Amino acid sequence: MAIPKVMGTEVEYGITVKGDPDFDPISGCVLLVNAYREDPTGEILWDYDQENPLADARGFQVDGEKYTPNQQENIARNKTLVNGARYYVDHAHPEYSCPEVTNVRDLVVHEKAGELVLEASRREANALLPEGCQMLIYKNNSDRKGNSYGSHENYLMDRRTSFKQIVEHLMPFFVTRQVYCGAGKVGAENRSQPVDFQISQRADFFETEVALDTMVKRPIINTRDEPHADREKYRRLHVIVGDANLSEYTIYLRNGVTAIILSMIEDGAITRDVSLRDPVKAIKEVSHDPTCRKELAMDDGRHLTAVQVQREYLEMALAYTSSRKIDPVDKDVLEKWQEALLALERDPRELDTKIDWLMKRTMIEGFMERKQLEWGSPQVEMLDLQYHDLRPEKGLYYLLLRQGRAERIVTDEEIIAAVHLPPEDTRAYFRGECIKKYGSAVFGVNWDSISFGVDGEPIKRILMAEPLKGTKSHVQDLLANSPQAADLVKNLRA
Amino acid sequence: MRITRTRPENSDLPIYQAADSSQKQAPRKSGDGEGSGGDGEGAKKMAKKGKDLKEEMDNLVDEIDEVLEENAEEFVKNYVQRGGE
Repeated sequence: MAIPKVMGTEVEYGITVKGDPDFDPISGCVLLVNAYREDPTGEILWDYDQENPLADARGFQVDGEKYTPNQQENIARNKTLVNGARYYVDHAHPEYSCPEVTNVRDLVVHEKAGELVLEASRREANALLPEGCQMLIYKNNSDRKGNSYGSHENYLMDRRTSFKQIVEHLMPFFVTRQVYCGAGKVGAENRSQPVDFQISQRADFFETEVALDTMVKRPIINTRDEPHADREKYRRLHVIVGDANLSEYTIYLRNGVTAIILSMIEDGAITRDVSLRDPVKAIKEVSHDPTCRKELAMDDGRHLTAVQVQREYLEMALAYTSSRKIDPVDKDVLEKWQEALLALERDPRELDTKIDWLMKRTMIEGFMERKQLEWGSPQVEMLDLQYHDLRPEKGLYYLLLRQGRAERIVTDEEIIAAVHLPPEDTRAYFRGECIKKYGSAVFGVNWDSISFGVDGEPIKRILMAEPLKGTKSHVQDLLANSPQAADLVKNLRA
Repeated sequence: MRITRTRPENSDLPIYQAADSSQKQAPRKSGDGEGSGGDGEGAKKMAKKGKDLKEEMDNLVDEIDEVLEENAEEFVKNYVQRGGE
């Protein structure tokens, strides 16, 4: 029986400062992350003892240097927020890792709350820049000059499911899901075939099928094995193949369908072989074909379009869910997935208020037609970039939203609330509430631990190896009965 | 109270803010379920739908024109990132 799909996303944003020819991205990121103010503002360390990005899911440990910053640098680069998220500087990008959630609706809410956090800190940071300079943040994955940054998803999985099985059943799914997950891109890069417009921001950057790397020779399936939970029981699939999406509908389908497929893999419900002959070649072929009509070579000699491959998965999913109790959100995901695939077969344009790449393309084509522009003109490239701009008054996604050209999944009220409130049904609740309530007594945090420094006593680290413990129903009485951090530590010992 | 996106000119306002009913977003008209042409009535509907869509797109292009970054060529050229992840 598949385990609950606790999930999250980790979005790296693009950052630049207009009017500053000497812009340094790392100091820009530090300024941005530290400009974010929430109450209370404790100096909390990120607990790197709990990290191991060099563990490989195929069962080995890779040589390499593990990054551990000094204390001052650590505090400057890491913020753990009252909603349970981690907001930090990752290399040369600001990154927002949303708190763990149990369902895809909450995921949309918390990923969108991340956009508000970035935009709020961008405004604060701007006030500190010299006159004439303006910081800009983009939720995209490429500068269109061959440099890419990631938008990752993570899903809790059962350790008993072999990684080999995951790879085999997931590869064709990941290569083809971009038809309803892509964020769209003008042109091509990283030495791939020239094209006017393609479905995915990221497809040009995938060079191998399976590997641990994320920065060079990027793999379609990443083997990083950091469960951030009990490693005997869980793995945490780290997905790097996706795009940074702005459309709620697209985020919903991206994570919702993927979570269903992962449950099916755990339950042995992928019963058909849809292996692709050359996944690395195919991921680019799919991206470079906005008609969604091109056929891909399958291992068994068949030729199927990306949509047909997805329909194979859909049919297996419908069979899988017909015989078990299914929660209403998953049911809705299945319906929307089916509708999207049918629309893609008829005419992809039908989805131009739902799926990012089609929203972007319809907008660009409308503009090109009126202005008599060609693909590759600077204004067209600007439209592509500005779709992802986080400024509400400039970002073109937000313009489409205001015009009623972006379908909603959640409400503004829910998104605003999630800036300050953690999900109630995962350990993120305990993390967020502890930071809110005990502030500066929190010494360090990681996904699966939180430690307290109480009056001269040794640091007390509380482990949270179970993502579904530490929920509101588990800990609200404990928190209510612990006015100070010292009381909490004492009550936990009792 | 209803919450909606701010208008473009309010550059210092939050992304979401309380708004009065005069700022309601107009949902885009859906074409689903409308006549598919053939008889006179259907053809008229189709023509109207086409005109509505064109008007909507014209409106969108005008709005984009107001907010699109100037010096696009320079702007796009200067947007250079370090690889990440």
